[in-house]
Amino acid sequence: MGARVITITSGKGGVGKTTATANIAVALAELNKKVVCIDADIGLRNLDVVMGLENRIVYDLVDVVEGRCKLRQAMVKDKRVPDLYLLPAAQTRDKTAVSPQDMVKLTDELRPDFEYILIDSPAGIEWGFRNALAPADEVIVVTNPEAPAVRDADRIVGLIEAEERKIPVSLVINRAKSEMIRKGDMLSVSDVLEILSIQLLGVVPEDELILISSNKGAPLTLDDRKAPAGASFHAIARRLTGEKVPLDDLKPPGGVLRRLARLFGASVLSVWPVL
Amino acid sequence: MDDSITLKGINDGLLVTITPDGRWADVASRLTTLIDTQENFFRGAQVTLALGSREVRRHELANMQKALAKRDVVLRAVLGESDTTLNSARRLGLETELGAVTADASAEPIDPMPLRPPSIDPEEHGTPGVLIDHTLRNGRTVHSRGHAVILGDVNAGAVVVAAGDVIVWGRLRGVVHAGCEGDESAVVCALDLYPTQLRIAGYITISPEDKRRKPQPEKALVRNDRIEAEAWEI
Repeated sequence: MGARVITITSGKGGVGKTTATANIAVALAELNKKVVCIDADIGLRNLDVVMGLENRIVYDLVDVVEGRCKLRQAMVKDKRVPDLYLLPAAQTRDKTAVSPQDMVKLTDELRPDFEYILIDSPAGIEWGFRNALAPADEVIVVTNPEAPAVRDADRIVGLIEAEERKIPVSLVINRAKSEMIRKGDMLSVSDVLEILSIQLLGVVPEDELILISSNKGAPLTLDDRKAPAGASFHAIARRLTGEKVPLDDLKPPGGVLRRLARLFGASVLSVWPVL
Repeated sequence: MDDSITLKGINDGLLVTITPDGRWADVASRLTTLIDTQENFFRGAQVTLALGSREVRRHELANMQKALAKRDVVLRAVLGESDTTLNSARRLGLETELGAVTADASAEPIDPMPLRPPSIDPEEHGTPGVLIDHTLRNGRTVHSRGHAVILGDVNAGAVVVAAGDVIVWGRLRGVVHAGCEGDESAVVCALDLYPTQLRIAGYITISPEDKRRKPQPEKALVRNDRIEAEAWEI
């Protein structure tokens, strides 16, 4: 048995994979789960920065794979929560220093001692993504409600579905701006789901505090759990543990009448004709 | 049947995968025995051999080709990681990759019926095609020498190319090319027809800008020297 290995990926860069990994990890740890995060973005590591653990790194993933240290020696403990560790990526090497088999071996070694192993995948669909995918029991695809990000998410989901073993995939929509969605300037949650048609794990609103927390190296779920984005990541973590947390953020925009109209399958126009 | 030989139906016919261990002579005779015991299944089939890392010499492959031909089975292509094997295949004029078929109109004409027609009611005329039972996501491609039927959506970024018709039982958002070998009577049907680009034979068009209406089943065809869409009467 042991830990569930969950890979967080997106295809496109800059949608918030690393932020999501850090925040979900901290939220899970706060639920008293034993968690380890692996930064699979070798050569461009930054999960350590977002988690605020950069200055405590001694060894890294490549050191472990190449036998320069024991796995335990490379793991950095986050002292702010009960049971959270980071296995940092190497900064001076490139992705080819690690193979998919290495990743499977590594996670197998960690499985007995943890409940969740989160892997922060690099952007793209090549080597680094293959490394991150190889050991995954499940995948979380992070996207933004904008066409290019959804396109890449669709590509990634297609690649995961084409794998011989069936890996469950769920979706986190990050940086949703309700005001823009209401005006029709941004894809809505249902627009995104219509294209991707995979299980929705959560919607995270755009939140300036995320940026501040990333700069400080203090994930929002740790620092300010009342911040809108922090609350969403907490809800996502609880859903991962199997708890039923309603997707509040899915509320269709508009007032009671609009929702009533939807309930009866009528279009909004037929209720309030434009004169 | 032991597990050193596995069979799979693919777009180009039958894919026969042979594990790289054991002597070639042994697996070769196992394969011919297998064909002899199921001759009705194999007769007329186009076979692609997937040999993994196994090294097969030219005369060995040539003997296999002859043995298959004797059983009315065509060896079409050989896939593998060994250069020896791939060179043997090339010297016998065999293909070494799948889907060497392209939509390129300048390419050589392709046999529109790579598979033996399925045994259907002889009173009805049928033409072969490819059935895909899932959504085609961004980056996925389907090539068919006959028709192509997709049970699911064709998302933006996906491509469907067929010598015959293309039927999409879902939303069509990607790029589609029907009649890719020049058949202007080919049609494209979808429950919601809004492709990035639509081609029939040599005609190319894009979805009209203002087409943000209620989705309805539509059929696109060549008429009056251009592509038109009309309601698809199902």
